[in-house]
Amino acid sequence: MKPGMNRRTWLKSTALFGGGLLLELTVPAGVLAEEPDALVKSADLNFYVQIDPSGQITIYAPNPEMGQGVTTSLPMIIAEEMGARWDDVVVQAAPVDSSRFGLQGSGGSFSIPRRFDEMRRMGASAREMLVGAAALLMEVDRQTLQARESTVVHTSGRSMTFGQLATVAAQQPVPEPEFLSFKDPRAYTIIGTRVSGVDNLVVATGLSNFGIDVDVPDMRYATYTRCPRIGGVALGFNEAEIKGLPGITHAFIVAPDERSGKASMGFLDGLAVLRGGVAIVGEDTWSVMDAKNKLRVKWDESSASADEWTRMVSRAREIAAAGSGELRMDSGQVDAQLANPDNRTKESFYQFPYVAHICMEPMNCTAHYIKGKNGGADGLEIWMGSQFPAQVKEIAGNMLGLKPENVKVNLLRMGGGFGRRAIHDFAAEAMAIARQVDFPVKLTWTRTDDIHNDFFRAGGFENMQGAVTPEGKLAAWDQHYIGFERLGRPVIGSGLRGNELPMVAFANSRIRQAMIKIDTPCGAWRAPGSNTNAFVEQSFIHELAELAGRDHLEFLLELMGEPRWIKEGDIAALNTGRAADVIKLAGEKAAWGKSMPAGSGMGLAFYFCHAAHVAEIAEVSVDAQQNFHVDKVTVAVDVGPIVNKSGAINQVQGSVVDGLSTMALQQITMRNGEIEQDNFHQYPVMRIGATPQIDVHFIQSDNPPTGLGEPALPPLAPAVANAIYAATGTRIRTMPLSEAGFKLV
Amino acid sequence: MAKYTLEVNGNQHHVEARPDMPLLWLLRDKLKLTGTKYGCGVAQCGACTVHVDGVAMRSCVLPVSAVSGAVTTIEGLAQGSELHPLQTAWIEHDVPQCGYCQAGQIMSAAALLEQKRAQDSLPSDEDIDTALAGNYCRCGTYTRIRAAVHTAASFYNAAGQGEGQ
Repeated sequence: MKPGMNRRTWLKSTALFGGGLLLELTVPAGVLAEEPDALVKSADLNFYVQIDPSGQITIYAPNPEMGQGVTTSLPMIIAEEMGARWDDVVVQAAPVDSSRFGLQGSGGSFSIPRRFDEMRRMGASAREMLVGAAALLMEVDRQTLQARESTVVHTSGRSMTFGQLATVAAQQPVPEPEFLSFKDPRAYTIIGTRVSGVDNLVVATGLSNFGIDVDVPDMRYATYTRCPRIGGVALGFNEAEIKGLPGITHAFIVAPDERSGKASMGFLDGLAVLRGGVAIVGEDTWSVMDAKNKLRVKWDESSASADEWTRMVSRAREIAAAGSGELRMDSGQVDAQLANPDNRTKESFYQFPYVAHICMEPMNCTAHYIKGKNGGADGLEIWMGSQFPAQVKEIAGNMLGLKPENVKVNLLRMGGGFGRRAIHDFAAEAMAIARQVDFPVKLTWTRTDDIHNDFFRAGGFENMQGAVTPEGKLAAWDQHYIGFERLGRPVIGSGLRGNELPMVAFANSRIRQAMIKIDTPCGAWRAPGSNTNAFVEQSFIHELAELAGRDHLEFLLELMGEPRWIKEGDIAALNTGRAADVIKLAGEKAAWGKSMPAGSGMGLAFYFCHAAHVAEIAEVSVDAQQNFHVDKVTVAVDVGPIVNKSGAINQVQGSVVDGLSTMALQQITMRNGEIEQDNFHQYPVMRIGATPQIDVHFIQSDNPPTGLGEPALPPLAPAVANAIYAATGTRIRTMPLSEAGFKLV
Repeated sequence: MAKYTLEVNGNQHHVEARPDMPLLWLLRDKLKLTGTKYGCGVAQCGACTVHVDGVAMRSCVLPVSAVSGAVTTIEGLAQGSELHPLQTAWIEHDVPQCGYCQAGQIMSAAALLEQKRAQDSLPSDEDIDTALAGNYCRCGTYTRIRAAVHTAASFYNAAGQGEGQ
C-alpha cells in the first residue's frame, strides 16, 4: 500500500438494484499496476457481502477451493462478526479479480491466517452499517442495539431483520476500520461450531462443476503428448494415421516455449515452461485418448533428462560417506561430543522417495483463444481449477502477449490440489493448442500424463549422527542432508531451513547440506520439506531416546526445555510451551506407556510447521509376515482457535490417511529420464480398509488462528515408523514401507 | 460409429458412438452427465462408478457396446427432489473434501445398501470396506465415509419397508 493512502477511501458501499447492501472493499487498480508488491499486502482488505431485502445474505468466498474447506470457513468468520444466522447465508465463490479480492491463492495453509482479520473487519463493518440503519429507522441510540441472528435488536425487545434494514444500511457511512470492534470469542455462535461444507449438496448429487466438467458451446477435446524422457522435443509423428482416426479433427506439433515459465512469484519461476509435444484434437475425450495411444513420435532427446533414481541413491551414499557438503550451521562442539568415549553415539542413513501429487482429478484446462475483431486485441477465456489463478493470466501474457484485461479466468472447483495446481504447465499447453484453432478446446490429461508430467515431491537422503551422555541427555545432533537442485537452486522442499527440531531448541547441532543436480521437475507437495524432514528428525530423536534408555515422550519434552517462543511474535517460530502441551495431551489421550499386546506398539512424533504445533501417537499391529495395520492415531493440535470444527477434524483425519498412504505405498522412480510408474497399479493409494481410528484433540489457545491443510501430515510417518519399531524392533529408515518389506493392511 | 439405445436414470437415449467408447465418456461427453468422473481409465480408482441394473460397475472400462442394462449415475440416485439417504448422510457427516471421488464412493455404497436391504441386514465395517475397496479417496475421507454409510443404512432399510423391493 502506498504510504499515506487511506484504506477508508477504498471502502465503498453501493445500493443494489432493487434495494440491498453491497459492501465492497476495493483496491484502486492503479496501485496494483504500479506496485506489484502491494498485491500481497493489500489483499488483507478485499471482500464483499450482499444482503437481499428477502433476508438472504450472500457472502463471497475469495480463495480457490481444493478440499481444504475455505469456501465454508472464510464466510463463517464474516457471518459471525455480522451477527448473521448461518442458515441465512448463501456462499458464492468469488470471481477471479485481484482488484477486489487481492491474492486469491490457496497454498501454504495460509488462507485462515492471512484472511482471518480481513474477514472479521468485513463482518464488523457490515454489522455497523446494519446497526446504523436500525438506529435511524427505530429512532434510538445505536449503543442500545445489538446484531444477532440476522436481526438488530433494541434493549426494549423491538427488532428489525437484516433484510428489512438492507436498503437503508447501504446508505450508511462505511465505518473507519480503526473504530471497528470485534466480538468476544466467548460469544461466538458460528466460529468453533461444526458446519457442513457449503458445497456438499452439489458434490453429493454429482452437480458440482470441476474444471474437467466444463462444457462450452462448440468445444472440442484434446490430449497432449510429451516426450517420455523429460525435456525431449517432438520432430515428427504419424500424422496421416492419427488424422485418419475416427473423431480426430486436428493433430500438430507444439514447439517448446520457455516464456510460459516466467513467474513473478519467485518459487514458481522457471517451472511452468511449455514442453514440446504433440496435440491431438477431436470430437470427444475417448477419441483423442485412443488416438494418443496410437501416436508414434520421433523425439529429439539430445537435451532430455537422463536422471536415474538408482544412481541418485548410490551418489547420495558416497556423499554421506565423504561427509561433504556446505556447512549451514555448526556449534563447533559436535565432533568433540561424538568422539567423547563417555557418550553413546548413533549414525543412521535415511532415505525418502520422489512422490507424485495424483490429485483425483487429473490436470485439465479449457481454453478459447478469441481473435480480435476489426483490429481489436486478441483475447483468451480459460476455465480451470487453480491454486493461484493470477498465474494463468501471467502465462497468457508471457507466452501469448495478451494483456491481463483481455484474459478471463473462470475458476472452478479443484479435484485436489496438494501443491500441484500451483503450477500451470497444463494451462500453457491448453493455451498453445487453443492458439492454433478457432474454437474452445478442453485439454484433459490421462492419469499417465498426470503422473509422468508431475512436479514431484523431491526424494532425498539424510545421514544422521547423534550422541547422548551417560545420564541420557542429548549431547550432539549432526544432520547431513543430501537433496536435489535444478535451475541453479534447491528444488522446492529439498534441504533444511535451520528452524527444525531439535536444532532450533538445542545448542550443539551441525547441519551440512549437499545437492545433486537433476532435470526432473519438482514442486510443492503438501507440507513441502516438512513432510520428509519430520520423518527423519522425529525417527532419529526416537533412536537417540532408545540409545539413552529414555522414555521417548519424556526425552522429547526435555528437548523442548523451558516454555518459550523461539522468536516472540512470529507465528512461523516454534513455541516450546505449545509444543509440550500438544505432546502431553496426545500422551494423555492415547494413554502413552500402556502395555501393548505382542506384535503391537505405540509410536510418537511431534512436528511444527505452517504455524501449527501437532503431536501424533500411532498404535500399530504387525504380524509375522510384516503385514501391518495402524489401529489408531491420536492427534493433538494447536492452531489457535478453530473456525469450523467439522472441517478442521476432516483436514486432520485426511492428513493422517494421506500421510499413511504415502509413507506405506508410494514411490516414483526414474530411469534414463523416464518416469517408471504409469498408473495406480504401479502407484497405489491406500484403500478404505486400512483406515485407522483417528482421534483428534484441539488445544484452542488464544493465539492467532492458523491453517490446517498441511501440518497434521508430517508427524504421521515418524509416529508410525516409531510404532513399528516398538512392535517389532525393526527400525524403518526408508520410505515407502513397501520397499522395506512391510505391507499395509 | 454405431447406434445405441441406452436407459440412463430412467430416460431412453438414442446415441451414436464408437462401440469401443467406454460408458464413462458417453455419459460425460455425449449425455453431459459429468457427475461420473474420470480418474484412471483402468478400473483402479472407482471415480467412474455407476450402476448397471443395480450392480456397481467401473464405467471407464465398460464399452458402450457391452452395456446390457439400465444405467444409473449419481445424477439419478435421488428420487426427484428427495435425496437418497446416502446423499443426506454425506451432507450431515460433512464427508467431502475436494469431492471428486465422492460420486463413485456413493454409487458403490448405494449398491451395498441395496444388497443389505434385500438381506434385511445392516452393513458392518467389513462390508463397507469390501464394497468400497475399489474407491480411492486421496483426501482421506474414509473415516467419514464409513460413518455416513452406517447412518444411511438404517434410514434406507426403514424407507424400504412396504415398498416391496
